[in-house]
Amino acid sequence: MMNTFQFDTASLLLALPEIFLLSAIVVVLLLDLFLTKRFKQVTYYLTQASLLITGVLSYNLIGHPETVIFSNSFVLDDMASVFKVFMMGFSMVAMVYSRHYLTQHSLFRGEYFILVLLSILGMMVMVSGYSLLTLYLGLEILSLSLYTLIAIARKRSGAIEAALKYFVLGAIASGLLLYGMSMIYGISGSLNISDISAFASDANLGARETLIINFGLVFLVIGIAFKLGAVPFHMWVPDVYQGSPTSVTMFISTVPKIAAVAMLVRILVDGLGAMHAYWADLFMVLAVLSIALGSVVALMQTNIKRMLAYSTISHVGFIMLGFVTGVVSGYGAAVFYVFVYILISLAAFGIIILLNKEGFEADQISDFKGLSKHSPWFALMMLAVMLSMAGVPPFIGFYSKFFILQQVISAGFITLAVVAVVFAVISAYYYLQIIKSMYFEDADKDITISAPMDIQLVLSINAILILVVGIFPDFWMKLALSLF
Amino acid sequence: MVSLSDYLILSAIIFCIGLVGIFVNRTNIITLLMCVELILVAVNTNFIAFSHFLGNEAGQIFVFFILTVAAAEVAIGLAILTLLFRNKGTISVDVTNSLKG
Repeated sequence: MMNTFQFDTASLLLALPEIFLLSAIVVVLLLDLFLTKRFKQVTYYLTQASLLITGVLSYNLIGHPETVIFSNSFVLDDMASVFKVFMMGFSMVAMVYSRHYLTQHSLFRGEYFILVLLSILGMMVMVSGYSLLTLYLGLEILSLSLYTLIAIARKRSGAIEAALKYFVLGAIASGLLLYGMSMIYGISGSLNISDISAFASDANLGARETLIINFGLVFLVIGIAFKLGAVPFHMWVPDVYQGSPTSVTMFISTVPKIAAVAMLVRILVDGLGAMHAYWADLFMVLAVLSIALGSVVALMQTNIKRMLAYSTISHVGFIMLGFVTGVVSGYGAAVFYVFVYILISLAAFGIIILLNKEGFEADQISDFKGLSKHSPWFALMMLAVMLSMAGVPPFIGFYSKFFILQQVISAGFITLAVVAVVFAVISAYYYLQIIKSMYFEDADKDITISAPMDIQLVLSINAILILVVGIFPDFWMKLALSLF
Repeated sequence: MVSLSDYLILSAIIFCIGLVGIFVNRTNIITLLMCVELILVAVNTNFIAFSHFLGNEAGQIFVFFILTVAAAEVAIGLAILTLLFRNKGTISVDVTNSLKG
């Protein structure tokens, strides 16, 4: 119950990463106001520094025994800390890529970085949320910042349209999620995840209570599916990916997925784990539909951002498959898949951004024609990324799919695994199509890569990691498993 | 005496009106924002009714936060709407169809 209000200053230390990030946002925001145009880069460096320090602070909290603070509304466990560290790392990479894009398209403004930091703060709150209220507030901080982030390209009508669609569908998703939360609160009498868990796993639960929990559960699952972008709640994904500025697309498609999965784990696994049989059925349908539709519709796309959107949808299907299994190793495989997906996705968008020129968006698949002749190194990297997405060994994308399928089969869902593999093979077509354009077709316009050294270096490391982690996936898999 | 189920039925009706309104409405985006508000109002009714009948204040606290977030959400929604009007000269739902593939 939340009736007893406890507060002690020692618990503030456990929320230190969040507190630091919030203070850093305020400082960056104020400082940015006084910076002249010449020193605008300072905002970027300060953003990177705050992300780094927040990451280090979270890293120091790894290994801390699970503690629930702030009147049972905030939890600090290994999952939260590890997720935060990964979020900071991926965000820093995303910021390196973003800077090039922003300067090329004259979108470089301090607000961009502030909004990114705010959305990361929202994600951190979500990852550590231990009551429905904290989870909801974190989600809203994240979503509201993202809507604004898309609309930052205010002269592009495509971006505004994307922002509007994301806003309306995001608001519906929050509404559905809240309705589900109100039902769960009404029947269990508490907003706290552990109280809900205790209520749901009570052996004497009557048929009436189970019915109401299930009623709420359906809304919760729909809300989460909306946020993850699973079919049939995926309508916003392709439009938002295509319309947003590429750097924002990159950010939306990567880091918030960690937060969405964290919310899923907190609500459905930690809170309603006893109801697994009910929500796993829903997840099965969502997962199969996502994998199927994501793989098939992507075949017809000519815009690479839109193609990657459908590819994301099918990856989300795989992540959900991991949760269908209902065993800890399955959840671990799903978390591993998320990290891998983000690593690959960042590299893919990084290469797209690399090909951008001043005022020119390289967002068509045909823009990749003849890349191998002009810059063999980046073509090789794109090859690694695409093969990894398709799930070809020894790249990491193979192991992430492999672990998921292994868990799905050992949980006894052979048909599910077969369907997933069939559609994974179909999806290989459009990944290979890009490779074909790069290696076997001649460029119809000249390609110039004017990106500064930092993005080229980070991109190379990112692509090499795809291979290295693919050869030694053991450590990462063990890490993902240790979180549950 | 109004019972809990009366409140729940009322909120379910409001919720459905909001949800249907979003999907049926083809004319004006401001109506969309109003429908989103209706959904949130339905949720608030739910929370307050539960909170009252359970004798637990947490639900009412939640409602305060939902109200605050809803205000912020509408502010952002209207800002995006302004930008849409500047770009397209109209706020009809039908103009938002340039993104497809």
